[in-house]
Amino acid sequence: MDKSLSLASKVSEQPRSSKKKITPLGVLGYVVKYSIILLLSVSFILPLYWMAMSALKIPEQVFQIPPIWFPVPARWVNYIEAWQVDEFSLFLFNTIFRYCIPVVIGTVVSNTLVAYSFGRLKWPGRDVLFAICLMTMMIPGQVTMVPVFIIFKHLGWVNSFKPLVIPSFFAGAYNIFLLRQFFRTIPEELSDSARIDGANEFQILAYVILPLVKPALAVVALFSFMGAWNDYMGPLIYINQSKLFPISLGLASLSATLNQVGIKGLAYPYLMAVSTIVTIPIILIFFFAQRTFIEGIALTGMKG
Amino acid sequence: MTLAQRLKIRRISAKERRQLAIGLLFASPWILGFLFWTVYPLISSLYYSFTRYDLLRPPVFIGLQNYKEILFTDPHFKVVLPNTLYYVFFSVTLSTITAFLIAYLLNTKIVGRPFFRAIFFFPAIVPITVVAMMWGYLLNPQYGAINAVLRALELPIIPFLSSPDLAKPSLVMINMWACGYGMVLFLASLQDVPRELYEAAIVDGANEFHKFWFITIPMVSPVILFNLVTGFIWGFQDFSLPWLLTGGGPNEATEFFALHLFRNAFRYLRMGKASAMAWLLFVMIIIFTYLLFKTSARWVYYGSEDRK
Repeated sequence: MDKSLSLASKVSEQPRSSKKKITPLGVLGYVVKYSIILLLSVSFILPLYWMAMSALKIPEQVFQIPPIWFPVPARWVNYIEAWQVDEFSLFLFNTIFRYCIPVVIGTVVSNTLVAYSFGRLKWPGRDVLFAICLMTMMIPGQVTMVPVFIIFKHLGWVNSFKPLVIPSFFAGAYNIFLLRQFFRTIPEELSDSARIDGANEFQILAYVILPLVKPALAVVALFSFMGAWNDYMGPLIYINQSKLFPISLGLASLSATLNQVGIKGLAYPYLMAVSTIVTIPIILIFFFAQRTFIEGIALTGMKG
Repeated sequence: MTLAQRLKIRRISAKERRQLAIGLLFASPWILGFLFWTVYPLISSLYYSFTRYDLLRPPVFIGLQNYKEILFTDPHFKVVLPNTLYYVFFSVTLSTITAFLIAYLLNTKIVGRPFFRAIFFFPAIVPITVVAMMWGYLLNPQYGAINAVLRALELPIIPFLSSPDLAKPSLVMINMWACGYGMVLFLASLQDVPRELYEAAIVDGANEFHKFWFITIPMVSPVILFNLVTGFIWGFQDFSLPWLLTGGGPNEATEFFALHLFRNAFRYLRMGKASAMAWLLFVMIIIFTYLLFKTSARWVYYGSEDRK
């Protein structure tokens, strides 16, 4: 193995130096490669660009053919008017304070505890339970959906955020797995020396482990926030009163309202304006936490 | 001697008991959640699937009637099943291929890789309601951008979502657009392929295709499997995008398993029938996953021990 490696690295120096020569074929390949990537990335971003630009149009621009890709003048007031078509400020409040924040707290706290147990404590039966935990990922949500709905209905929790929030305090296989992966990278000696100093497991978790796994907690917090922000099906099942709508239901119902009225005038600009606003937090999160994202995803796929 | 032994044993078991107590205490959120939201629902869902239950009156046991109805007499289900298989198969395979090809492109020597990676990833995290609104508008036959361009070029318009033939391919296309998660996984695994392998292959006279087929593909095959398995599990349950964009139409062309199930459960309040459908869905997912893993022995390469 070692021999072939050193041989390979020696030999590979030759083609590497010859690559520096600019050949017509090389230039062509270069051009083709970048054209493909540019074309692809434009087509990936164009739908979002179209959405943001359509939000600024006046009725005449909406129906113009060929379509206008950059509306002049831009009608910025569409954003304000669209926001006032329905109670979007209330929907935003519901989403953030009744759904996202409680879910983030529940998810981070519960999964940290459970992942600590599965990842860093030794107890009989642990591995069997962890295997069962991983297997639950295969169970489609539809199987448990009906009985869980019936439970919450009997509890009188329909038309509240409890059915969407409370389960997040009971941890989930995906996040347990993700955090456990992180926890196991921390040397056991750190825990052991804390144990010798008389720390109990809660103290070890809080003072030794947690400061070292902040990035992992960020991944879990981020994903659970986005999960709640983007969730449509959960609220669709449990929330019927428009006073309690999260923003996803608000947007969907705006589309239904505008469809009923008929697609005319500013219907599409309004719809695209609210869509853009709903996307902005995701853009911001992504912009500031891109590393966390990419690493978090790469990590979950690693042991797949 | 015997006393010492017994003492020793008792001491170990006491210590173990303590460890067990602490372990269970920390794991208790999941254990309780598992009982509340998985074990109990699984059992009661199985029971409901043998009953007629509309939430108003108590469930009535009717044996296998729900299953018989779904599989043999339900006129909708004859459409729903092929719809679902078509949609899941093409969504999963085509978006896996798209994700892989983009990752492969980005893994070459390229200026601004993080920038392009961000662009290709971002669609995957756009809220599903926004995806539906945006694509619904883009693909609209009268007002959508794509058809406006076609009209300007005096080409025939494409009735994407309003045509029974094109509705499913349109949804598949949107899923390909949102393949970012798979792309990031592929890119990470492509970057982990040891360079020495390629260099050794060059020494042996391998061309680009050889390198791709005999090194790249085997080395990322575990990620291909991971993407296919998660893709199928997710695909069978996909609800929000078709529900928002087509609502199952036109002419039931996009009435998929998850939509049909939701409709039965929460629109017609047929909880028993919906539970039976859910179990059929579960069985389908298990069969697909099993088949994937079974064939994977032939094409997935789990590196040799001496690496890493």
